[in-house]
Amino acid sequence: MASGTVTSSEYISHHLTNLTFGSHPEHGLGFAQTAVEAAEMGFWAINVDTMLWSIGLGVLFTWLFSKVAKSVTAGVPGNTQNFVETLIEFVEDNVNSIFHHKNALIAPLALTIFVWIFLMNTMDLIPVDWIPYIAGQMGIHFMKVVPTTDINATMGMALSVFGLILYYSIKMKGLGGFLGELAFQPLGKWMLPFNLFLEIVGLLAKPISLALRLFGNMYAGEMIFILIALLPFWVQWVLSVPWAIFHILVITLQAFIFMVLTIVYMAMAHEEH
Amino acid sequence: MNINLTIIGQAIAFAIFVMFCMKYVWPPITGALAERKKKIAEGLDAAERAQRDLILAQEKAVENMRESKEQAAAIIEQANKRASQLVDEAKEQARVEADRIKTAAQAEIEQDVNRAKETLRKQVAALVVAGAEKILERSVDQAAHAQLVDKLAAEL
Repeated sequence: MASGTVTSSEYISHHLTNLTFGSHPEHGLGFAQTAVEAAEMGFWAINVDTMLWSIGLGVLFTWLFSKVAKSVTAGVPGNTQNFVETLIEFVEDNVNSIFHHKNALIAPLALTIFVWIFLMNTMDLIPVDWIPYIAGQMGIHFMKVVPTTDINATMGMALSVFGLILYYSIKMKGLGGFLGELAFQPLGKWMLPFNLFLEIVGLLAKPISLALRLFGNMYAGEMIFILIALLPFWVQWVLSVPWAIFHILVITLQAFIFMVLTIVYMAMAHEEH
Repeated sequence: MNINLTIIGQAIAFAIFVMFCMKYVWPPITGALAERKKKIAEGLDAAERAQRDLILAQEKAVENMRESKEQAAAIIEQANKRASQLVDEAKEQARVEADRIKTAAQAEIEQDVNRAKETLRKQVAALVVAGAEKILERSVDQAAHAQLVDKLAAEL
């Protein structure tokens, strides 16, 4: 905990506020100074910390993997190549077991989702105060380092996946086929409004569940770390160490679930029901 | 926890990373993996083939050895046969030669005997004639009694 001058609730809300840049109706263009100001900026604002960390981690991922891809050899692989190959084979196995069509996009998509989300989730394991403290010393008031605890990040990815679901549904089945699937299933044409309602809810549930599952898990995990950080520093390890160890499972699992569900949704989009 | 532009920014970043991954990361690495798989399969294949070849070669070597042994045995047998044949031939030749020599010697002996007999006969004839001349104390008509004397000599 930073100092005695902030209350627990202030501390928590401080840790849960993004560094938001946007146009405030009263203060004009700039960074939001409080959570309330960030909320008042509305839609036309951007969470700089989320973007920074997520793009940074994405670049780390693409840099590492493209470095390996450039020097890749069919002979004896080095350590990095071995590691990257293991990941790629893991993703490839998953894709091949779920997705049975020909589409060069799906496997790279799954790989990107898995590794990127895993990296973003991993930021959760960095002690909650370190990076915000350093940022504070540099004059940056808010700094949320786990992009996946920002609903915008998870929703952004989920909506991208949703866009792909729509695109491939229409591409594979035609607009008529896709709409027909929405309208005439599961109960035939006499129950059209009911079918439509059911299917549209089902369709919209896909991106929302994707986004909220990841966001909820990571947000809750982050929250627990913050609560643990409120304890006296000499007992924190009693709770934070087990929770962090457990969290290693959670971050991997959430990345994996997001990836598998995306593949499943893609497979569903390619198949006639 | 405000929905804002970040959602779009994140979607754009996501799209860029996926496209990058699809273009520069996935194909080369999976290509290398496939190539390695092929290499390993080929290596295993080659090893298996080599093992099969080895077994074949061993069988062939054993077969060759067996053939050579048979051949050697045949040659030795033939040589033995030839040797005994040579000995037999030599024996035969010796026997023939000995016979020839013996025959020649016998012929010579016979000839000598005949010659001696002839000589003896002639001498006996002469002796008889001389004896008879002495007995008769007179000359016998050589011509008249030649037939008689010859007859006598032939009887000797």
